[in-house]
Amino acid sequence: MASRIFGSAIKRREDPRLVTGQAKYTDDFVLPGMVYMSVVRSPYAHARIRRIDTKKAAAMPGVLGVFTGQQMKDAGFGPIPCAWVVPGSDTKTPPYPPIAIDTVRYVGNAVAIIIAGDRYQARDAVDAVDVDYEPLAVTVDAFRATQKGEPQLHGDVPDNICFHWKVSGGDVESAFKSADVVVKDHIINQRLIPNAMEPRAALAQYASAAGEITLWSTTQNPHIARFLLSLDTGTPEHKIRVIAPEVGGGFGSKIPHYPEDSMAVFASKMVNRPVKWTESRSENYRSTIHGRDHIQDVELAAKKDGTIVGLRAKVWANLGAYLSTASTGIPTILHGLMLSGVYKIPNIHEDVYGVFTNTTPVDAYRGAGRPEATFIVERLVDLLARELKMDPVDLRRKNLIPPFTDGYTVATGLVYDTGNYEGALNKALAIADYPKLRTQQKEMLAKGQYMGIGLCTYAEICGLGPSQVAGAVGFGGGLWESAIVRFHPSGKVNVMVGISPHGQGEETTFAQIVASELGVGVDDVEITHGDTDQTPMGWGTYGSRSTAVGSGALMGAIGKIKEKARLVTAHLLEAAPDDIDYADGKFFVKGSPDKFKTIQDVALMANVAWNMPKGVEPGLEASSFFDPPNFVYPFGAHIAVVQVDAETGEIALKRYIAVDDCGRVINPMIVEGQIHGGIAQGVGQALWEGAVYDDQGQLLTGSMMDYAVPKAEFFPKFELAMTETPTSVNPLGVKGIGETGTIASTPAVYNAVADALAPLGVKTINMPLTPERVWRAIREARR
Amino acid sequence: MKHPVSLTVNGVKQTAEVEPRLLLVHFLRDTLGLTGTNVGCDTSQCGACTVMIDGLAVKSCTVLAVQADGTKVMTIEGLATNGKLHPVQQAFWDKHGLQCGFCTPGMIMTACDLIEHNPNPSEADVRHGIEGTLCRCTGYQNIVAAVQEAAARMKA
Repeated sequence: MASRIFGSAIKRREDPRLVTGQAKYTDDFVLPGMVYMSVVRSPYAHARIRRIDTKKAAAMPGVLGVFTGQQMKDAGFGPIPCAWVVPGSDTKTPPYPPIAIDTVRYVGNAVAIIIAGDRYQARDAVDAVDVDYEPLAVTVDAFRATQKGEPQLHGDVPDNICFHWKVSGGDVESAFKSADVVVKDHIINQRLIPNAMEPRAALAQYASAAGEITLWSTTQNPHIARFLLSLDTGTPEHKIRVIAPEVGGGFGSKIPHYPEDSMAVFASKMVNRPVKWTESRSENYRSTIHGRDHIQDVELAAKKDGTIVGLRAKVWANLGAYLSTASTGIPTILHGLMLSGVYKIPNIHEDVYGVFTNTTPVDAYRGAGRPEATFIVERLVDLLARELKMDPVDLRRKNLIPPFTDGYTVATGLVYDTGNYEGALNKALAIADYPKLRTQQKEMLAKGQYMGIGLCTYAEICGLGPSQVAGAVGFGGGLWESAIVRFHPSGKVNVMVGISPHGQGEETTFAQIVASELGVGVDDVEITHGDTDQTPMGWGTYGSRSTAVGSGALMGAIGKIKEKARLVTAHLLEAAPDDIDYADGKFFVKGSPDKFKTIQDVALMANVAWNMPKGVEPGLEASSFFDPPNFVYPFGAHIAVVQVDAETGEIALKRYIAVDDCGRVINPMIVEGQIHGGIAQGVGQALWEGAVYDDQGQLLTGSMMDYAVPKAEFFPKFELAMTETPTSVNPLGVKGIGETGTIASTPAVYNAVADALAPLGVKTINMPLTPERVWRAIREARR
Repeated sequence: MKHPVSLTVNGVKQTAEVEPRLLLVHFLRDTLGLTGTNVGCDTSQCGACTVMIDGLAVKSCTVLAVQADGTKVMTIEGLATNGKLHPVQQAFWDKHGLQCGFCTPGMIMTACDLIEHNPNPSEADVRHGIEGTLCRCTGYQNIVAAVQEAAARMKA
């Protein structure tokens, strides 16, 4: 392997089009005859629709049509499907009509659509639609919504409980009975708004003569989008083309199949023109999925010496008003199974209640279930350390799973692939100069200054995942990946992949893989993704799976190319195929390295096919599918240092140290970039971000003026380092890195603030840790 | 009623009849087809739509097209000259100052303005100077590095 390419920080091949403004996002496309769609949305969180009067709107300038949910249903468009129904949980899936027909269940629920000649006309007509609502009682809190007497969202879902899911390992009851010490907390893992910088958009073209749909969409997974679109539009998959052009970030919020995708298709069918819809940011805050929103009662049991013996949790997970695509899998499979974290915890039990409320649907947001699990474990470990008056580092060391290379089974049943948790911890402590930090903390405290040091040692499950497991846990699809490698006569290469990156840089890392494996230049490789007509089936980009799973498919195709090249070379050099070896782009006769053919020679000869070995087909192209035998489990140790102003409650993040292990690194620059972004989002949850509803279901944080998307000034320079523990789950030994920063940084920063506030007597405090909350908590503790 | 506007965009004189309420960003994107400038919010927070008007970075979602009458506007499409990237564009590429790229045009225009007014910005200067432009992908670290790198190269 040419190591100079694999593992080097080469610049991204995506960037020239992005820095010049030539990249084309969905809203940038203009088709002949294209018209615009606007959505009339409910201002009520819960109401019956008595009547919708569209006459005035229909008469507005430029308006081509106004359509309701009933019309959409009459045209044969079905409810939005949920793609994940967790087994053994009695999941109830009430119908999710793309446009509400008789009842609206959250602010932002669509009630009608306008089609007009331009954006402004379409928006104007929204205000002219007269909807007569009969307001109903509202419930927004996931715990309260399950109590008697609360408003019911769906007729067939008693107490708004969509499911009750359990995970159990060992004997948690006995563990707690025999424990010397038990620590508890009540955690609000607050609701977040993903805030991909590009709002969602959909451009639908229905070709009536052929019965074909083309949809340009801001999706992270065009093949899933096509599959689900075929279910609710009634148009079969082979008549649907979904294109994800440039997509401006997703963080999970662009996984779901959304009502607007179907509405745009429906509208295009009705007006027989291409229809474009682009979300405004305020619309995005109400109609694009939110993340997290757990209420958690958690407890940890241990021996006097700090040995953890059990963990127990009860969680109310807010699902919003309807089930979004992957919503039920996030607070269950991707959450509960990770409650062991990086520790030997022999006994674990969790109950999760998935609850409907009159709020925007909740689904995957960066980390998706794992941040909510990691926070529980890391918070409890810190509380235990404080209870036992142990240093949180010592307590962690005592309970860490020792290094392993051959699988480690945790109490929840997962088999972690490889790990060296103490290695990462030691490295982070060394970079931080931990003993010195503790000394400094003492000195500052003596001067009345409150410095805090917070740790998080984590492992996470990603690289989703084995398809058999996907099926067993109720995911309505597979989780394998695919790739096609095609050599042209010139030796240049096109690669088509099923993943659909949108900022993660796989056009570069995948080209690096091809280049280092086959001896072509990185610039000789073009990676195509994001178009169901041009790429082989794949399940998309989320769950830090694109490189972990996608590279497996790519390596499979590369292996087939090498095998064929060996046969062609042997034939051309009149040698036996078994005598041909490969190194650095050359296929050569063993023992006679001067007798060789380059991959470029082979590509030419295979494509012209003048002299092929008997029985070997012309061309140099291979296709491969890869279904991993397990998930991958990246891990690491993060340390945050904060200073809290006890008078104002303000928190300054002074240092942030991240040591992560994602196995082998293809491009360190891209890996670091992923970690930076993840940290910023996770710190955002700890300190600033939070979606807030009032008791009438109005989103109080309804725009970027009210919801704190972090700014550059909020952060210090992050200090990054890596350890490298390869996995055997895929051919390259790589693990995912897209979500680790988000998973680790929220508890690290929270623990740092809690550490700073401990001398002031503050025990627990809800996120986000705004100055006001911190100030109030300090005042409360002083009383 | 439509109003005539006449302005220079990326060195090219443009005249059009526009509705008085038409935002400059929509004039650029929909009327002129210059889709490099993006729209990321509706409250002037995100800065994705930042362009230069008469040499100053301005959020083009907060300016009406008629207000830009008679001005010189520069968008991301006008920054590279003769096929050569502007030093700020080049530095963003070199330093991995972007991921999904959506905020990038606005961030680059903001950075140009910043460097114009402070040719030797410290890390803190850059973090403060770009606070009007939001990025959700990068955690800003490599953006800051890119802006400082660009400033250094432009001084040289």
